[in-house]
Amino acid sequence: MYELRGVTKRYTRGKDTVHALDGVDLTIADGDRLVIQGPTGGGKSTLLQMLGALDRPSSGEVVLDGTDLAKLPEARLTRVRSESIGFVFQSFNLIPTLTAQENVETALVPLGVKAKERREKAAEALTSVGLGERLGHLPGEMSGGQQQRVAIARALVKQPKVLLADEPTGNLDESTRDEIMDVLDRMWKELGLTFVMVTHDSAIARKAPRLATIRKGRITVKENAQA
Amino acid sequence: MFFTYLRRELRRRRKAALVVASGLALGIALVIVVDSVSSGMGRAQDKVLQSLYGLGTDMTVTKAASPTAGTSDRPRFRFDAQEDGSEEEQSTDRVMVQGFQTLADTTVGKVAGQDGVADAVGGLSLQVMKVSGQFTRGQFQQDGSGGQGQGGPGAGGQQAPQGRVQGGGADFDVNSYSVYGTDVTEPALGPLTSSTITSGRTFKESETDAEVAVADSAYAKEKKLKTGSTVTVKGTEFEVVGIATADSGDAAANLYIPLKQAQTLADAKDKVTTIYVKATDSQRIDGVKSAIQKNVPGTTVTTSADLADTVSGSLSTASSLAAGVGKWLSIVVLAAAFLVAGLLTSSAVSRRVREFGTLKALGWRSGRVTRQVVGEAVVNGLVGGVLGIALGLAGAYAVTAVSPTLQAQLGGGADGGTGGPGGPGGGFGGPGRQAAAKTLDVALSAPVSLTTIALAVGLAVAGGLVAGAFGGWRASRLRPADALRRVE
Repeated sequence: MYELRGVTKRYTRGKDTVHALDGVDLTIADGDRLVIQGPTGGGKSTLLQMLGALDRPSSGEVVLDGTDLAKLPEARLTRVRSESIGFVFQSFNLIPTLTAQENVETALVPLGVKAKERREKAAEALTSVGLGERLGHLPGEMSGGQQQRVAIARALVKQPKVLLADEPTGNLDESTRDEIMDVLDRMWKELGLTFVMVTHDSAIARKAPRLATIRKGRITVKENAQA
Repeated sequence: MFFTYLRRELRRRRKAALVVASGLALGIALVIVVDSVSSGMGRAQDKVLQSLYGLGTDMTVTKAASPTAGTSDRPRFRFDAQEDGSEEEQSTDRVMVQGFQTLADTTVGKVAGQDGVADAVGGLSLQVMKVSGQFTRGQFQQDGSGGQGQGGPGAGGQQAPQGRVQGGGADFDVNSYSVYGTDVTEPALGPLTSSTITSGRTFKESETDAEVAVADSAYAKEKKLKTGSTVTVKGTEFEVVGIATADSGDAAANLYIPLKQAQTLADAKDKVTTIYVKATDSQRIDGVKSAIQKNVPGTTVTTSADLADTVSGSLSTASSLAAGVGKWLSIVVLAAAFLVAGLLTSSAVSRRVREFGTLKALGWRSGRVTRQVVGEAVVNGLVGGVLGIALGLAGAYAVTAVSPTLQAQLGGGADGGTGGPGGPGGGFGGPGRQAAAKTLDVALSAPVSLTTIALAVGLAVAGGLVAGAFGGWRASRLRPADALRRVE
């Protein structure tokens, strides 16, 4: 469970100070599915980075399961990322020289999983996203949708508590977008994940049970009864 | 995962990897060539010095020769004219001590007793001049009615006959050669150690006063000597028991005989011209030199370093070039190669910001990412090392194959070669040798030692580590949020 209290993030750009987040209070319960929307530069990705222990707030608390991530040393933050959080990026962020299976394995490397077990788990994860036949393919040999499936498999292979997705369908066409969303929804339900997704896509946002909007660093959350 | 990732990355960036490896290879090859050529020059210099000293000698002790020898020291030859018609050959030889200055052989013991001296052995260097031939009287030819008679000036009767002397004269051959009296009880030290016995045998330790000789191969060839032949020196017949070939091609003497025999021939009982000294520790040579100079006054101590300083000619020039220009060129090229490798690796990390940011987001520690970068750089360095070693070996092989001839001039300095280290007119210790204008031709080789190869491997690893340090430092400072923000 996430609890964000008065989270502020300021950046300095030249002489100007940018408030990417400005006193954000937010609670995300375990198993929640939260979609974040907002204009470009509104602070969506910054919020996701706070949730993902990729960055620290300038002030405020980001509490995950009772631990304030803002106060953890770098090594502990790295451990939180490796054990509890899965990431899916808009540009897939796969290692171009590694095969699909090896890319998925990279998420298990910091956990010290043995090579054989790594291979087995990676193959299993890829099979679960429908890429069981593509284990040995390089990212360059796969379509955008397939690459994003590999990225989803990589995020989920370590069975995290939280899945954070930053515009996961932003680089995909409509039909592929639906495929990917189906996969993500299925995984959320099957694995009982806490799923936070940033998107510009209103069609996706409409289906979200909770919708957060960020403008100029300030957040508003709405419950969606229709979803 | 480490090796798979490393291998794939190097394959993906093989052009950049090849540039880095080639730069390092060039530097490493240059180091190998310069090092091996320097080593070859060192060997050439050692060869030159060994031809004077013999193996294992660290220094020689001599008594400086007088700048001007007295007339009494000059060899004189007296021949009486033979009777008319006599074809009897006259022969006389003079045995002179080389350098005209000798040391009492008790000095050998004195030197041997100095602290830091492992062994000392004396030798007597001689020059033999043999003049042989015929000297017949002329015939007095009387003019007109005058009688005929024999005689030189002053011969005649009451009435001086008128006429002239016809015929007669001299036909002499002068043969000069060097003889070295060696201490046969100490075969491991002295100039004979720089020669290899190619026929027969060397002296037995029991032959301290035996009439046996070892001939230098070049001299033996000239005089048609072989094992079993005899040579006569000042009336003493020596049996040639062995033929020695000088390792450097330039022998220390024409003939080697037992020291006692040499002393007898030269009327130099209990005298030596040179003492060959071996130090207990090569690091203490200067100290031993000082001790001998202090405790054995009136002597000149010449170390191999002193002698090396007097080597001039193309060997010296090339040696200076290798030590100076070669060394600095290698350092500059290596430094440039390290810098280029570092910058290229750093630049490669900049291009992989998203990749490393993603890995950090997945929970990879900075150390693991840095290790990956350093690993790639070290492999690059090792590839450069292998290429460099191959290139360097080829270069060294080419130098050895071409074997350029270098000239070494010993003692021929600005002083006209009249003086060696330690005093004017000082002989350099080698029998039959004087400091002045001694020129030797030495073929240059470029031997590559295991140490050189180890140095090359070390440089390759160091190059990789330097490059990896540049890239690793950048990668370790990368914050995942910044890395992802920069590319999203």
